[in-house]
Amino acid sequence: MAGGVVEKPAAHDKPRKHYLNHVKTFGSWLVTLDHKRIAMMYLCAVSFALLLGGVFALALRTVLWNGTPADPETSILGATMEQFYNKMFTLHGAVMVFLFIIPGIPAALGNFILPMQLGAKDLALPRINLLSWYLYVMGLVLFVCVLVLGGLDTGWTLYPPYSMGGGSQSQHVWHSLVLAYMAVFILGFSSILTGLNFIVTMHKLRPPGMGMYDMPLFLWALYATSLIQVLATPVVGITLGLSLIEHMFHVGIFLPQYGGDPVMYQHFFWFYSHPAVYIMILPAMGVQSEIMGTFSRKHIFGYKAIAWSSIAIAAIGFIVWGHHMFVSGQSPTAGIIFSFLTYLVAIPSAIKVFNWVATMYKGSIDLKTPMIYGLNFIYLFGIGGLTGLFLASISNNVHLHDTYFVIAHFHMVMVGSTVNAFLGGVHLWWPKMTGRMYNETLGRIGAILVFVGFNLAFMPQFVSGTRGMPRRYANYLEEFTTFHQASTVGAYILGAGIGLQVLYLLYSLFKGKKAPDNPWGAASLEWQSESPPDFHNFTKPPIMMGAYDYENWEYESEEAGWKLKPEVIETRKTLSKVH
Amino acid sequence: MSTGVADHETKHDLPARPPELAMHFDNMHQQFHSGKLGMWLFLGQELLFFCGLFTAYAVYRGNHQEMFHYVHYFLDWKLGAVNTVVLLVSSLTAAWSVRAAMLEQRKVLIFTLLATFICAGIFMVVKYFEYTHKLHIGAVWGGGFNVADADLPAELVAKYPDMTGAKLKEMGAGSFFAIYFCMTGLHGLHVLVGMGLYIWLLVRALKGDFNRRWYGAVDNVALYWHIVDIIWIFLFPMLYLIG
Ligand code: HEM
Ligand SMILES: [Cu+2]
Repeated sequence: MAGGVVEKPAAHDKPRKHYLNHVKTFGSWLVTLDHKRIAMMYLCAVSFALLLGGVFALALRTVLWNGTPADPETSILGATMEQFYNKMFTLHGAVMVFLFIIPGIPAALGNFILPMQLGAKDLALPRINLLSWYLYVMGLVLFVCVLVLGGLDTGWTLYPPYSMGGGSQSQHVWHSLVLAYMAVFILGFSSILTGLNFIVTMHKLRPPGMGMYDMPLFLWALYATSLIQVLATPVVGITLGLSLIEHMFHVGIFLPQYGGDPVMYQHFFWFYSHPAVYIMILPAMGVQSEIMGTFSRKHIFGYKAIAWSSIAIAAIGFIVWGHHMFVSGQSPTAGIIFSFLTYLVAIPSAIKVFNWVATMYKGSIDLKTPMIYGLNFIYLFGIGGLTGLFLASISNNVHLHDTYFVIAHFHMVMVGSTVNAFLGGVHLWWPKMTGRMYNETLGRIGAILVFVGFNLAFMPQFVSGTRGMPRRYANYLEEFTTFHQASTVGAYILGAGIGLQVLYLLYSLFKGKKAPDNPWGAASLEWQSESPPDFHNFTKPPIMMGAYDYENWEYESEEAGWKLKPEVIETRKTLSKVH
Repeated sequence: MSTGVADHETKHDLPARPPELAMHFDNMHQQFHSGKLGMWLFLGQELLFFCGLFTAYAVYRGNHQEMFHYVHYFLDWKLGAVNTVVLLVSSLTAAWSVRAAMLEQRKVLIFTLLATFICAGIFMVVKYFEYTHKLHIGAVWGGGFNVADADLPAELVAKYPDMTGAKLKEMGAGSFFAIYFCMTGLHGLHVLVGMGLYIWLLVRALKGDFNRRWYGAVDNVALYWHIVDIIWIFLFPMLYLIG
């Protein structure tokens, strides 16, 4: 419903038709070109990946409860403790990175929200969207095959010469590697196609009257993300393609024993994988901007600064990859340049943080669940970003590289920031996507559990890392016991927080209160649609207004949510192009 | 759109929507340019995809300058040149086909699509003979490189009479062929995909699917075909003409 006018024709006798129920067959989901349905399928799949990766994480933290296995003969699933641990951290990293965090926010939330924030009916290239979804599914299936075959122990980075038929490998690891290379290659193309589609949509379906600067910041963030997806992902594609060929035919590209260069692999890999960390964080920053404005009930502070800092992060992100290779034998000159450039990334990142804080200043802050995630984000991203600077200075890095300090750094940004923003975004848009309200109290408890568990899990790792605890070892010295056990307890609390969410979100689907069209008083266009939206997104052309003009909305009641003020409806133009 | 419930549509829409126009676009212009921008982004993606290989080439050539010089004699520049000409001609016919589609010249369209396909085919046949010869004499990648002295290219032996297969192997000739087969192989795959696309266009052209309002597919495939050609224009001198 567009705003205040209540006139639902014949809504009483039969349930309203919307995108979820206009056709109900299973087949209609399989071949759907509707961005909302594809987004919902993505949401289920990435949530599954999050849970799967989470199970691996809990398994590896459980192994790490004891510094040395009490009985070295203990075997889990036919492997020694150590072998089991190696597989768990590899699968945890690979599943979380490639199946959850990279597609997570763009392909699930972005897919749903992006066209709606433009007032459009769909993404510009719906068939490409469906193709991208099926490529993702193929990647997921291949990863499941890897699991069934017995898994990998190479680390998510798949460095040669240990991977690629190098080391002493059993047959099943060899096969698993073939599948893993294929999986990441295919997932890469899924990601490229999503990014390509987003860019085209923002350029070509942005309605007349909405300039780039009128877009919500979430879209700027997705734009920057998409640029990286299109320009960086093909490089990892060719890298893994070559790795696969090397692995099967020993052509001598990366494996030293056949004349190849393993350091070149690292360059290629990080040329993608560093920008990829911005594929993970930028959309999260976009969600964060929406949450901050909405729940401070204040126009976002520094719109243009936030918008352009997304682009700046994307651009600088392409030229800092060498900071992962300070100790790999790259030339000292290269090291110094990469170190300097890495410092630069902190500037646009900090600009964003300052602007979010300034948005909250003198706002009327409403501590709803998404806002709690928003606060978690600011705090944890602050720590994650600053510790990135510790790592960026070469002399520190020589000491800290491959220690738990690095683990803590990137979990602060990947989990502390991106996962928090993902969960915040899911809660923010849940009423819109499903038409149901989740339980607010449980939502807040979940958010706080995530915060507490996360900090308990990763803060100690900064300390143990600076004291020399190396990453990727199944055993540790006596003195690290407290740190590890705290981490393990924290991991379980974090797991409980996420488990709780799964339960109440699923419950809300069946028993949740009906969601009003705009439960939060948010101002971007998607909130002028019905909850859940019509198949064509808007039944009435939305009224054009700024994405952060919260003063145009007034609170009516819990059931009815927020309504557009009558004078806004009378005086503003509608987006005539819709329909 | 194939999924839709059409009831909303019929009530609101102007009667004049052309059948080729998908429901989420306002007009043909918007639809055409969306497809085209998508294709340009895809081409950008393709360039970066090949960039990895070009970088690997630069690294290995920098590390093995002499070896690259000796080994390039294994590639027959005449065959390479023939293929270059064939691809350039196919680019012309591809561009022509777009014009024909725009002007609704059905016969010209079918002829140029067919010509592009045939040129691509000739390219692949020549590549086939080049590949089989190399595999036959053992001029292959990595440790597999083992060429008998009798099989060394005549030009190489004429210039450097005491060159042997064993010496080349020691210099790392396998790396050259690793790069060679990866680059030309990936390019060849793109040519094959292009041939598939041209068959598809041909079928649609025969059915009369294209007209002055709707020729986006011909245009976009031609764009793709041009990038495949351009990549070859770089591969040819980098591999065949190292003096
Ligand atoms: C303020 C910006 C940041 C700076 C200056 C920074 C700096 C660094 C540096 C220097 C390293 C290398 C540590 C080493 O291995 O020795 C590193 C590792 C890492 N960073 Fe960041 N970082 C920043 C933000 C981020 C963000 C936003 C993410 C992800 C969302 C991220 C994810 C990672 C990951 C995954 C690794 C380790 C990968 C691995 O070795 O497995 N970083 N970071
Ligand atoms: Cu990095």
